[in-house]
Amino acid sequence: MRQDTKMRAETEEFAGSIASPASAGGDGAAVSIRDLGHSYGELTTIERLDLELPAHGVLGLVGPSGCGKSTLLELIAGLREPSRGEVEVGGATAAKGRLAQCAFMPQRDLLLPWLSAIDNAGLALRNRGVRRGEARRRAAQLFDRFGLAGFERARPAELSGGMRQRVAFLRTLISGKPVLALDEPFASLDAITRGEMQQWLASALDADPRTVVLVTHDIEEALYLCDSVVVLSARPARTIIRLSAPAPRAADRDEAVTDPAFVTVREHAMQALRQGTK
Amino acid sequence: MRRWILPTLFLAILIGAWQLAASSGALADLLKLESYAVASPLEIAESLWQSRSLLAENAWVTLREMLLGLGLSLVVGVLLAYAMHLSGVVRDTLNPLIVVSQTIPILAIAPILIIWLGFGIWPKAIVVLLICFFPVAVSTFAGLGTADPEATKMMRSLDASRLQILWRVETPTALPYFFTGARLAVVLAPIGAIFGEWVGSSSGLGHLILQDNGQLETARLFASVVILSAMALLLFALTALAQRRVVTWR
Repeated sequence: MRQDTKMRAETEEFAGSIASPASAGGDGAAVSIRDLGHSYGELTTIERLDLELPAHGVLGLVGPSGCGKSTLLELIAGLREPSRGEVEVGGATAAKGRLAQCAFMPQRDLLLPWLSAIDNAGLALRNRGVRRGEARRRAAQLFDRFGLAGFERARPAELSGGMRQRVAFLRTLISGKPVLALDEPFASLDAITRGEMQQWLASALDADPRTVVLVTHDIEEALYLCDSVVVLSARPARTIIRLSAPAPRAADRDEAVTDPAFVTVREHAMQALRQGTK
Repeated sequence: MRRWILPTLFLAILIGAWQLAASSGALADLLKLESYAVASPLEIAESLWQSRSLLAENAWVTLREMLLGLGLSLVVGVLLAYAMHLSGVVRDTLNPLIVVSQTIPILAIAPILIIWLGFGIWPKAIVVLLICFFPVAVSTFAGLGTADPEATKMMRSLDASRLQILWRVETPTALPYFFTGARLAVVLAPIGAIFGEWVGSSSGLGHLILQDNGQLETARLFASVVILSAMALLLFALTALAQRRVVTWR
């Protein structure tokens, strides 16, 4: 508990220092999905979807495997064009505009094994033409505060799963983009590390609010981290239910997820998920 | 250790058996040859020492041909791989032609190269190039294509341009493949240089081998072969060392 408040204080401290390009700003960006449909040739992955997410809102997407969650995330992030309908991110509807507003974090950490941890974290800066020394200096400030101090020069293979995931997060956050598109960021971690990382992300988001779309298999994770959770059906995806989380990003995760109100909503979501799988 | 001991031991046994067979006259009898036409390992070693300055002179000529040809192969192979990787038109045009180029018997066109380029180092280097660019181009091209598409998406989302993805993701991914191709090229290079020299030359180990063959200087012929093989092994070891220095993440 005490460690958590310490982490929180630290994350609040670094919030101001994250290098943000003009586009991030303080107001964030809203996500709006209207009459969205997507198919790969004959295969329809998304039937028809409408979603609204306010700036700095955190939205969870849960659904059975292969239901098109990841496709939806890539559509939002501007990595794909929809077959039908419109996705608007921070006022931009073209893929290029969405790409400029969104930082996409894939399922695996995908740290580049030939770069040190700090160079992986600074990739977005390097891509924007920031010099290596300057990118390292800016990433190093965050390393201390993410509990990664001393591992700046380590290669990804030398880091634990939790550390790799934190470096991948750092890499996403340093991009300074107002919208984060996270694809099952903790799926590869063991249960204990996953819990810790969820709590860590919660405090990081409170300190440095961003609009977040989180795809996950884990209903508990979605209900703990997100303001609201959309349960999707099996392919082709459509919304079954949208639930509000009782206490998003509560300080004590273990307490929050055993709270009766939380358990009730979780059961709701489970039922919806079963219904959508049929 | 085992990696070194076993092949060394086996080679020693082979050489020992050869020595016995040659010095007892059994090998000559078996091949129905006069004994001077059969060289024993000891005679080869003796010839290596006695003809050392002649061998060194000619080895230096051949080594330069190999190095020039290999250098050209690496440049041409890598350029072809990148061009095919970056452009679909280039890939569809060149991919089949590169395979066709390997079906041409090099010995058949080497004489033309001599006519065009003379007796110097260039026709030999070109023959080495024609043989050695192929493994470099093919494996580097394959390596560039193995980059993780998820990593490419991640990079695009972090505002990477096409060239930045090429440099920061695809090129490092392709490096181990490039080295595999380079190691193949290195062991093929002596074959190319010898071919080139056989068609027309006034010096080099290939030239010397032809001469010694005509004069039944069997021991010195084998001495040239030993040196050729040693040069290829040395280049192979240097390539492996370079790979270990460059590809540090595996």
